Amino acid sequence: MIEPLQVRRDFPIFHRPYGDRPLVYLDSAATSQKPLSVIEAEARFYREENANVRRGVYRLAHKATERYEDARRKIAEFIGASPAEVVFTRSTTEALNLLAFGLGETRIRRGDRVLVTNMEHHANLLPWQAVTQRKGAELLAVDITADGHLDLEDFQKKLGPGTKVVALVHVSNVLGTINPVAEMARAAHEAGAVVVVDAAQSVPHMPVSVAALGADALAFSGHKMLGPTGIGVLWAKRGLLEELPPFLLGGEMIREVWLERAVWADPPAKFEAGTPPIAQAVGLAAAVEYLLGLGMQAVWAHGQRLVGKALEALLHRDFVEIYGPTDPQKRGALVAFNLKGIHPHDVATLLDQEGICIRAGHHCAQPLHRRLGCSASCRASFYVYNTEEEVELFLAALDRVWEALR
Amino acid sequence: MSPYEEVILDHWRNPRNKGRLSAPDLVGVEVNPLCGDAVRLELKVADGKVAEARFDGEGCAISQAAASLLTELVQGRSLAELKGLKEEEILSALGGVIETRRNCALLPLRALRRALAGKA
Repeated sequence: MIEPLQVRRDFPIFHRPYGDRPLVYLDSAATSQKPLSVIEAEARFYREENANVRRGVYRLAHKATERYEDARRKIAEFIGASPAEVVFTRSTTEALNLLAFGLGETRIRRGDRVLVTNMEHHANLLPWQAVTQRKGAELLAVDITADGHLDLEDFQKKLGPGTKVVALVHVSNVLGTINPVAEMARAAHEAGAVVVVDAAQSVPHMPVSVAALGADALAFSGHKMLGPTGIGVLWAKRGLLEELPPFLLGGEMIREVWLERAVWADPPAKFEAGTPPIAQAVGLAAAVEYLLGLGMQAVWAHGQRLVGKALEALLHRDFVEIYGPTDPQKRGALVAFNLKGIHPHDVATLLDQEGICIRAGHHCAQPLHRRLGCSASCRASFYVYNTEEEVELFLAALDRVWEALR
Repeated sequence: MSPYEEVILDHWRNPRNKGRLSAPDLVGVEVNPLCGDAVRLELKVADGKVAEARFDGEGCAISQAAASLLTELVQGRSLAELKGLKEEEILSALGGVIETRRNCALLPLRALRRALAGKA
């Protein structure tokens, strides 16, 4: 069981006042705070081991390369994957763009279909929109049910033999819905489709094993799981990484280059053109270490406890509209909502006066908000350093916002 | 707890000049893609001065209050003068606006500038 008060001591940002109050940070779904061990790991790398990777023959460069590859091994192990199947990118967004571009070259032809869902973050929608437009293929979206789950009948209906890719989010960044990826991946594979998973909101919060999920590719970000910004992770099956063309071309991703042609390096190097986020990989490995120290099962249980408490209280307030499943067991550690007749930015500004940071806006999911019948929403999201007391502070402040603006 | 001055709450709850003109001479529309705030400003002009102003829109209290207030601020003023209307005038007329939300408060001013430039 996680003791958040103890966890908070490891995070320097919580040692500082936020204005004249303690910081109540409820926006970890946007980016998480960083423990000292991550900040120090990155700083130590720069202080003691910094060199470029995979090119120097001197000892310092060798050491840096070792650190970078150690990080890859650690992160691979974290998701039950082989290091050769783990590519470092700049972000989840870059990983998804890489997949959409590559699959557009190798699989998606005129008249084919790509299936996404109505609850995708723009990062897992726009790359598929672009590739289907470029290839003359069709883009369809699986609809959601009234309680914020994917409509699996609609999924079956839209999944046809021409479907080359099914791209879906594991845990929705707005609804919080945990999608049945394994079940959908089985059906998608029967239809001959490649399955791509946006795991930006799942890998930081729950035990994720790529084998159990049954997808072909998966992407997540370092900065949402206590790690640095500027690094994302793409996992894909070896065969798929071999099939896909490189997305960025340049240094460090080749075997041989002539003026008129080149031979690519084996994956993962094939997809890591240019100097990669080396210090960030080291920092992310420290983040994984920290999470493993807490235990991912405990991380998950803690998020469930907080979101359950928030959800139950919000459901009892008739001035609050909640989006997504009402059963906390079926949710990630976040809840999106609106106060009736009040714009989310006004809610967020007033909460901020009490030191409470929540997100307000469309959370990079405009089609979903349109589907929900609103242009924006408020979102509170929780992580290992949040306490039940903070959830209570948030709820009490929300009541005051309602009184002030109703 | 409110950083929203009374004038903002008042204009938000009781918007002035909200609606559309039947035949506006100038129209300006501005949106904030971050939050979906939208303001449409319509002006009726006579002798180079604003004879009537209306706004329509949706969004947060600050953007909508600022739009309402702006329709009063522009009343009777010459287009030449309004081209030089400063951000500061709106912000202070609103009683001051918290730094993180200046963008919302200035959305209607950008709609006005579009209207004056002949860009709907």
